[in-house]
Amino acid sequence: MNFELTEEQIMIQQAARDYAQRELIQDVLERDEKCIFPERHVKNLSELGFMGMMVDPEYDGAGMDTVSYVLAMEELSKVDASTSVIVSVNNSLVCYGLQKFGSEEQKQKYLKPLARGDYLGAFLLSEPEAGSDATSQRTTAEEMDDHYLLNGTKNWITNAASAQIYLVVAQTHPEKKHRGINAFIVERDSPGISLGPHEDKMGMRSSDTHSVMFTDVKVPKENRIGEDGFGFKFAMQALEAGRIGIAAQALGLASGALERSVAYAKERKAFGTEIVNHQAIAFKLADMDLKVENARNLCLKAAWLKDNGKSFRKESAYAKLYCADIAMEVTTEAVQIHGGYGYVKEYHVERLMREAKLTQIYEGTSEIQKIVISRKLLED
Amino acid sequence: MKVLVLISNVPDTTTKIRFTEDNTAFDSSGVQWIINPWDELALTRAVELKEAGAIEKVSVANVGGKITEPTLRKALAIGADDAFRVDAEPLDAFFVAGQLTEVAKDYDIVLAGIEASDYNGSAVGGMLAELLDFNSVSAVSGLNIEGGELVINREIDGGSQVLSCAAPVVLIVQKGIAKEPRIPAMRGIMMARKKPLNVIPAMDGSNKIKFVNYEMPPPKAACKLVDEDNAKELIAMLHEEAKVL
Repeated sequence: MNFELTEEQIMIQQAARDYAQRELIQDVLERDEKCIFPERHVKNLSELGFMGMMVDPEYDGAGMDTVSYVLAMEELSKVDASTSVIVSVNNSLVCYGLQKFGSEEQKQKYLKPLARGDYLGAFLLSEPEAGSDATSQRTTAEEMDDHYLLNGTKNWITNAASAQIYLVVAQTHPEKKHRGINAFIVERDSPGISLGPHEDKMGMRSSDTHSVMFTDVKVPKENRIGEDGFGFKFAMQALEAGRIGIAAQALGLASGALERSVAYAKERKAFGTEIVNHQAIAFKLADMDLKVENARNLCLKAAWLKDNGKSFRKESAYAKLYCADIAMEVTTEAVQIHGGYGYVKEYHVERLMREAKLTQIYEGTSEIQKIVISRKLLED
Repeated sequence: MKVLVLISNVPDTTTKIRFTEDNTAFDSSGVQWIINPWDELALTRAVELKEAGAIEKVSVANVGGKITEPTLRKALAIGADDAFRVDAEPLDAFFVAGQLTEVAKDYDIVLAGIEASDYNGSAVGGMLAELLDFNSVSAVSGLNIEGGELVINREIDGGSQVLSCAAPVVLIVQKGIAKEPRIPAMRGIMMARKKPLNVIPAMDGSNKIKFVNYEMPPPKAACKLVDEDNAKELIAMLHEEAKVL
């Protein structure tokens, strides 16, 4: 076994850290407060290559491995998970899905600008009545002569207002249930697309989330991804890879909260000494550190399996479940260590705690991860 | 015009400093190495000038063992075209300057950080200029090339100075030469291993300085508060304890 990172992986980790600590930190509080989309950062991160990290250079990506992606996601998320979710959706749902399953024409036309960051992508699966139960798609894609006609509503869509490219999952053959589902590439400026109001979220407030309504939206047939009826499998496989990105995001929230807690506990004095000298605090920090280390190992193992062409379904579910749960625990403890200061925005940890909560919910709730793990366990 | 940026391989600025061998050597175990921050700014400016079409080539060079190669590759990732490593342990500033002469002699502009954040010697740039008989300008905080002419900004007491200077020249640069050190883009990181990293055998030379002893600064003393009516006590303390009066 080899736990050493390569020189390139270390450089990417440092690049992400430098960008986060130098740039993202500057306006993160204001963007959170006022729900401002991080347009400037998305542009800069695109120029640095973070928007298409794992895409083959042949399609204008950076050609990095998933381990590098995990390292970058952790560093960005330590400071700003709102921005890192934008990076995550574009990389591990949209670009990954298109690179793996898109046709050559689709890659030339859509993957290349997405990997460069010229376009931003969104992934439209959830519906008002189909969240965890993704098989119950109500959005329909009716097959016409040379196109499909999309009708329905998608919910909780990250990048809904900022994206130029949507990957939309919809039902074509209801009688076939999930085997009748298709996935489509839809250009955001197609006639018939409208957005619901900006969702006023508890955390991740700088990323834009809306519902998206489709009314007789024409999608060219060549924009269907894969064979007829491949859409559900497409969505599940994209989510399987996406889980690693969100796991790494949750890891970053936890490790960011830990770093802040260690720094604070070394400075803050109570009862005549720095609070880090009180065992009550030192033991909390030890527990947090252990959880972060376990979370990091799970993330990196899932990434390594993916990079080496091995099955990673169970491991990416482990990582997503564990990282999200400990992100909630560690950020909550971080607020506790900071006391009253932890409860005010200036010290960041309350924001990390608000953001951590979403990692237990989106891209497969913690409960769904347990379904994935138990099914895989019982089938093996 | 060709630019050579001198790169010093230094411990990360957050490194906890420890010594070994009875306080005569720096303990490098577990240290994360980085490009000296002033050199990184110099490199950033050189790459900016190349992108603007003002110079043709940016090279980087250092004196050090194989362990310094990741630092040179980071410089390549940031945008240098090629790198030179003189294969020798850097013993002191004169030794380092001497080792760099062979590489530096073919360049029009040599950029050296005003100091390295490890030993803060502030000497290599000036010594190299002298050894090569190049012009040299110190405390440079701005560099532009206009119509083939070097336009150099220097910070001086109470203001700034603009001067021009003929190449070849060693510019000893400080903060301000570039706004922020450049973060390498992923494409640069991928390309770094494909760019030439030339290893040059060391020339004969010996150190003129030997490190005798290192000491850590004393721990910060506790604050003493003096009653506002007791100016005499304050003056006595400043005189006898702090010895500033």
